Amino acid sequence: MKRALPVLTVLIGIVVIWYAAAVWMNSTWVYDQAERAGTTVSFAEMVPQTMEQARPLLPPPHQVGAELWKGLFGQAVTSKRSLVYHGFVTFRGTMMGFGLGIIAGVLLAMAIVRFRVMDMSVMPWAIISQTVPIVALAPMILVVSNQLGIQGREVPKAIIAAYLSFFPVLVSMVKGLRSPDQMQLDLLKTYGAGEGETFLKLRLPASMPYFFASLKVAVAAALVGTIVGELPTGAVEGLGARMLLGSQYGEPLITWAALFASAILAGMLILMVGLTERLVAQKMGVRA
Amino acid sequence: MSLALILGIAFWLGAWATNTLVAGRPFGRTLAGRIFVPVLFGITLLVLWEALVRAFAVPTVILPAPSAIAGKFAESTGLLWADFVQTVLKGALSGFVIGTGAAFLAAVACDRVPFLRDGLLPVGNFVAALPIVGLAPILVMWFGFGWQSKAAVVVAMVFFPMLINVVAGLQASERMQRDLMATWGASYWQALWKLRLPAAMPFVFNGLKIAASLALIGAIVAEYFGSPVVGMGFRISTAVGVLNIELVWAEIAVAALAGSAFYGLIALAEKAVTFWHPSQRT
Repeated sequence: MKRALPVLTVLIGIVVIWYAAAVWMNSTWVYDQAERAGTTVSFAEMVPQTMEQARPLLPPPHQVGAELWKGLFGQAVTSKRSLVYHGFVTFRGTMMGFGLGIIAGVLLAMAIVRFRVMDMSVMPWAIISQTVPIVALAPMILVVSNQLGIQGREVPKAIIAAYLSFFPVLVSMVKGLRSPDQMQLDLLKTYGAGEGETFLKLRLPASMPYFFASLKVAVAAALVGTIVGELPTGAVEGLGARMLLGSQYGEPLITWAALFASAILAGMLILMVGLTERLVAQKMGVRA
Repeated sequence: MSLALILGIAFWLGAWATNTLVAGRPFGRTLAGRIFVPVLFGITLLVLWEALVRAFAVPTVILPAPSAIAGKFAESTGLLWADFVQTVLKGALSGFVIGTGAAFLAAVACDRVPFLRDGLLPVGNFVAALPIVGLAPILVMWFGFGWQSKAAVVVAMVFFPMLINVVAGLQASERMQRDLMATWGASYWQALWKLRLPAAMPFVFNGLKIAASLALIGAIVAEYFGSPVVGMGFRISTAVGVLNIELVWAEIAVAALAGSAFYGLIALAEKAVTFWHPSQRT
């Protein structure tokens, strides 16, 4: 309770500011309407009218909530208008990219820790790769995969997501695989352990806390990558496509609902990684 | 097997052998060696790319050769510069300055009022993980097609990651050091200026680095939702539409250069400011 109070205060503050901003931003439209009709509206008459517009500049929270509810529970899950359906498409893309990113990150980290020449030549480029705005590549990746005969948007989306999510995994795994100290390495040597055994029995278990810490960053990055992959590429499915649709058809409510649906998805993904971490820690016998 | 492919593979093997040799020698531990190896690796990738494109006659639509991209780049520098100014200098940089500046002030406010910190930090942590880039269509609707909407997207994207880092940084000084400040009778602002801000600098720069790459992403994505007829995002989406793929790659090269330069400048500033930090010692 002591920790919840400040958070609740801030959240209530955000909602209050949001309502105030909604009244302020939507009032222009109300006044315009009144002027056209040749009437005047008082402040008290204006406020309720800013709350229920069909195409508000800034929809107030309850309108977004209603739209979100309609999208999540008001339709059959398989309907094209269901946010559950679009959320699942985005989730699938995120998971594919996340998986690819983990594999690439871990393999590269293993090579970098094992070979000094890899460390020296690949690591600087891995850092540079993240300073390149991947979104510049997004339309490109789509065209290329189309030309190569890959149907659908799954693969390009996954590539973008993987590109964003491999880096945190790589950096943390390099740190984690190097975390055993000399004494522990020497001990394994006296046991006559080979390189493979040292890796499996010492380096890999030692890297787990680093690994899971990076997964939380990576899964969020993969989601951003997937949504970005859905935005400019003319996709028809997924939360990113819903946002684009809302903006193209001038239906801000659709965009806002998709935005909040993606926030819920992000929360669920992070929760999932956290649960997996706890399960693995339990299996490995880490005391809580 | 064509000549280009054989030459490419030969270069690859040669470069690989050289790098392995250098990495194992004392030269590999000097500054020159640490620059030489990654540069050779980068050149090798370009040579292999060129060789593969030539050997298999890959259509330009799929992947143009680096030489073709370089040619396009040299030929359209004026256009690329205009796009660079619009997207990077006007959109990304102004948003970056406003966003990180606001986050910095908010972090100091959080530090001054613990109640605010306890409330804002969990919210900020969550928001930092959200795909804020989705706000782009809404902000473009609010602020119009000009660079202002791009800057707004960038502000929204960089604010929370920066805030979290600065707040964490302001708590980085040690108890003993803070007590020392108290025994000297330092006021809050004196302690902040002389001890806690310098101690926070590694975190601040970490936040700035994250913000730098987010800023370019935000500025480019926002252009996909509407822009004047100039800008990197605009150019990329229209050039893809008419399959002018070399121009797209030239824009990507500009984006890569801008991103790396931006990051490099921050890293240099970090080296100058946090020279005392263990991670900077060599």
